[in-house]
Amino acid sequence: MKGILVFIEQREGKLNRVSYEAIVAGQRLAQTLSQEVSAVVVGFNISDIATEVATKQLSTVYSVEHELLSNYTPDGFALAMKQAVEQLEPLMVIFPHTYLVRDFAPKLAASLGKSMVGDCISYKYEDGRLRFVRQIFQGKINADVSITDTPPYFVSFQSGAYRGDDVITDGAAPIVRLEVTISPEQIRIKPLELFREAKQSVDLTQSKAIVAVGRGIKSAENIVIAEKLAAVLGADLAASRPICDNGWLPMDRQIGSSGQTVAPKLYVALGISGAIQHVVGMKNSSVIVAINKDANAPIFDIADFGIVGDLFEVVPALTEELQKLKEG
Amino acid sequence: MKILVCVKQVPSRDAILRLNETSQWIQERDIAYEVNEPDAYAVEEALRIKEKLGGEVVILSMGPERAQITIKDALAKGATRAIHICDPKLEHLDPLTQCRVMAEAIRREGFDLLFTGLQSDDNGFGQTGVILGELLGVPSATIAMAVEIQPDGKTVKVKRELESGWFQWYELPLPASITIQSGLNQPRYATLKGIMEAKKKPIQKLSAANLGFDEAALTPKQHVEKVYFPVKNKKTEIIEGSAKEAAAKLAAKLKEARALV
Repeated sequence: MKGILVFIEQREGKLNRVSYEAIVAGQRLAQTLSQEVSAVVVGFNISDIATEVATKQLSTVYSVEHELLSNYTPDGFALAMKQAVEQLEPLMVIFPHTYLVRDFAPKLAASLGKSMVGDCISYKYEDGRLRFVRQIFQGKINADVSITDTPPYFVSFQSGAYRGDDVITDGAAPIVRLEVTISPEQIRIKPLELFREAKQSVDLTQSKAIVAVGRGIKSAENIVIAEKLAAVLGADLAASRPICDNGWLPMDRQIGSSGQTVAPKLYVALGISGAIQHVVGMKNSSVIVAINKDANAPIFDIADFGIVGDLFEVVPALTEELQKLKEG
Repeated sequence: MKILVCVKQVPSRDAILRLNETSQWIQERDIAYEVNEPDAYAVEEALRIKEKLGGEVVILSMGPERAQITIKDALAKGATRAIHICDPKLEHLDPLTQCRVMAEAIRREGFDLLFTGLQSDDNGFGQTGVILGELLGVPSATIAMAVEIQPDGKTVKVKRELESGWFQWYELPLPASITIQSGLNQPRYATLKGIMEAKKKPIQKLSAANLGFDEAALTPKQHVEKVYFPVKNKKTEIIEGSAKEAAAKLAAKLKEARALV
């Protein structure tokens, strides 16, 4: 078994750019382990994507095309990738950790009797031993994980773990078609309509300042504290997912992977622990302030300014101080 | 309709975590535990289907003795009975090996619908429901925001959450494995009556050996060598002092950083 194979995500003929981050992970691992790195595109009518991917520094781009892969299904993609892995016998298969990958990659690995190491943020190679770094307990703790099984290894990397811009280009990889056999009855799940919920009524992407509340606010009644701070800052009010799930703020105020992605000048996170699903939606804000009682909350890893304390004391005091500055 | 719901007990979100002596896991004593959040939504969704269509909701939990509290809470909310896979040999297993044990218990039980939360708050594998589907030979769908059993009773429609506000409906033949996203319903609280009734509901306890797994079959495929608190890569200025002092300093710093708009 040799070589590193990177899974390129496409949906309805559109390349998911996060695939480039997976290629970067593949290129780095290939260098570390003195392996070749190639990529695989799965779908139907995907030659444009294969051609685009082939401009990156890769030894080969494999294209797995089949009519039954034109719409994504976990059954179809797992079957196709299983056959690709059996034909190519790679040492390692790398995926971007997307919702699509989460939907089929564990199935693929299990169908080959393998256990996937998912959602990694980096890897380490010391004394000839490879370890993958995963976040556990919602990012509060990191774990170094080694694989104690035979290859192929299945590994996915979190969005943002590598920068897509770092991909080594100037490639002219040959595109090789892999034949796979899939029959219609093997696709048990039927994809139906793809849609977006009613257009978002609040566009937070244009906000200059945002005050976001998380679980630490404890109840819907307490949101008024955040509203007052937002008012003095001229900021819009937003929230992490649990707040919207509870109906304390409408869904269109949600920041994160399943909500809006924002980059205001000022982002104030109140009682938000900073789980990756939230962080991906706000990490590019210019100045990030975090107020949280847990000093180990991962939000402090990305904050510029932090106060470890009780938000019910700190926020009213901050509102008052900002009011004074404004008047003064 | 027979619905099997996998439920995991995890450290509560507020718990202040410390590392254990060997730095291979957290210190499990002296912290509070709660049900894994999406699992609570999975239990609720199962109960709603049972209330509409009849049948039973069976809770399956793998975990130490203390997981009984989480199991009993699901029973108090209205689940019919429970299976508790409880064996120290099953702690810290990789996703596949863990699922092989669970799949064996599920295979013996049989089901029309299998629910799991989409991800656990502790290990965060996010793989269990998908692997179980594969091992049990049934189709799977992940990150469900709605589950609708079709009138024929043989298929289920699932509204899957995709990224950036997109959704897609999928139709699956039953039996099927579905992973549940938080927020698709409003979980109920257990009533006093429910709590009393739960005391009489059976909890079947199983060990690895009961399910036919010997040491060799439990050889882990992954190993957590070390856990540690992440080193911050961004320079965060932590502002000290009382709430009032810290607030005043922060306000001044924001002004200085021209962050006030």
